[in-house]
Amino acid sequence: MGLNNILEIKNIISGYGTTNVINNISFGINESSILAISGRNGVGKSTLLKTIIGIVESKSGNIFFMNKNITKNRPTERSILGIGYVPQGRDIFNSLTVEENISLPAISRRMKNLKNELEKIYSVFPILKEKRNDLGGSLSGGQQQQLAIARSLIFNPKVLLLDEPSEGIQPSIVSSIAEKIHNIAIELKTAFVIVEQNISFISKLSCDCFIIDKGVISSKISSKDFSDVDKARKALSLEL
Amino acid sequence: MVLLFNIIFQVSDAISFLLLSAIGLAVIFGMMRIINLAHGEFITVGAYGTVVTAKMGLPLPMAMACGVLVTIIFGFILERLIIRYIYGRPLDSVVATWGISLIVSQSFLIIFGPSIEGLKSPLGSFQMGDYSFSEYRILLIFISFLILVLLYFLFMKSRFGTLARATIEKPITSSALGVDVQKVYTITFCIGAGLAGLTGALYIPTMTCVPSLGQAFIVSAFVSVVTAGASPFIGLVPAAAFLGSFQTGITFFYHATIGLIGLLFAVIMIIRFLPSGFSGLIKKGK
Ligand SMILES: Nc1ncnc2c1ncn2[C@@H]1O[C@H](COP(=O)(O)OP(=O)(O)OP(=O)(O)O)[C@@H](O)[C@H]1O
Ligand SMILES: [Mg+2]
Repeated sequence: MGLNNILEIKNIISGYGTTNVINNISFGINESSILAISGRNGVGKSTLLKTIIGIVESKSGNIFFMNKNITKNRPTERSILGIGYVPQGRDIFNSLTVEENISLPAISRRMKNLKNELEKIYSVFPILKEKRNDLGGSLSGGQQQQLAIARSLIFNPKVLLLDEPSEGIQPSIVSSIAEKIHNIAIELKTAFVIVEQNISFISKLSCDCFIIDKGVISSKISSKDFSDVDKARKALSLEL
Repeated sequence: MVLLFNIIFQVSDAISFLLLSAIGLAVIFGMMRIINLAHGEFITVGAYGTVVTAKMGLPLPMAMACGVLVTIIFGFILERLIIRYIYGRPLDSVVATWGISLIVSQSFLIIFGPSIEGLKSPLGSFQMGDYSFSEYRILLIFISFLILVLLYFLFMKSRFGTLARATIEKPITSSALGVDVQKVYTITFCIGAGLAGLTGALYIPTMTCVPSLGQAFIVSAFVSVVTAGASPFIGLVPAAAFLGSFQTGITFFYHATIGLIGLLFAVIMIIRFLPSGFSGLIKKGK
């Protein structure tokens, strides 16, 4: 942790009603780096991301983004500051076209030259250009996942929070999404926090991975241990 | 020929009355699930705003614009003070807006008295065979059509429309993507209020100006929105078209009271056999 961390979480406690799901988690992440977060079902991985974007309020602790304390900011404000969020299950707008889905964050920011930005996105996700006028709800799961990522990339976020991007997607597309994330992190200097249970997906990202259990970070696995899938599986299954 | 024209006029007149009665209510309900029992009072505000400014010497169209503006401001203040705290609580919204409705109608009674001098119906009328037609009501038919077209473009084609439709569908996700959901709600509520005010402004020259004048629109407004179903944006036009034709048909063969009874009967049948309303029917058809 240090001043150059783009996103820093300090002693966060959060949950629903009176139950705490996240019990004191701290970590930081640098510009254009990738961090994976894993753990069993229901341990609070999604809740952690929701707390960072602000959909779930933190009960104590602080969240810093670009050295600014955003703990009290609303989700809208955090998003405008430059945090992207792709929820689990993707939450595509069924009644909006593909292009409207992608444009939404840009419109809410009154971004100029939307056309240019759209072309950039379409060059990364050609399938979305083909389907630009279809309704979001008519896309397949893998296409919706790409759409959800594209929708968050349109405003060049500094940090992108991804919740289980590989869920329900065929292996070949999983690896192409992993590749795209890797390229985006390098080219656009975007940092990623990726909640993921798919081991081969994590190993393709070659990043560190935190394991969450009982609302705390129970262990950290370094990218070296993910260098091959078998090793990674071993490391994770020991932890899970 | 004259008879045909008369039928078309009567049906269109009934449909446009239903549409204009319901449009403000439909926008607010469709967008925010707020059941606005003060809808009639919004219409009253628009009507009084028009009459008062017209009496001060403004030409009628300007006075109507003032009526709409006053209603928008009125809606904005209510949204800030009360409505924004009850989003997502449909039943509470019924009680709160009912309270607002009582307060507003009594205030009108206290401030303006039981009635004020109204406006003369603008334009004239023309004769065709045995029938006489009000030119102003024909104008209203075109205006209601124009409003629908404008609303279509506002909600389907404009940037605000994209924000609004995203907010209707998934408010939390929208906010996480940077949409200022609260602002979208405020603007939409003001649009709904302004449309109700416009209804009052447009119809007041044909009515007497009393504090309870909004009540004349309430039945039409609610039956249209109820039969339109869960997505009034989709269902309102077919609902108004059906109910308007049905009511005119019965009125034509019997008389106006029976027509109104027939209308309510049709509504009960629609709720009974088509519980998701016209928008449900259209969505199923797709
Ligand atoms: N909206 C909610 N209200 C109340 N409790 C909730 C809510 N959402 C989640 N929870 C509870 O919080 C805990 C953590 O849920 P969360 O969705 O964060 O888990 P997760 O680690 O993302 O699981 P998965 O791997 O299945 O996605 C669970 O026990 C869940 O029941
Ligand atoms: Mg989850």
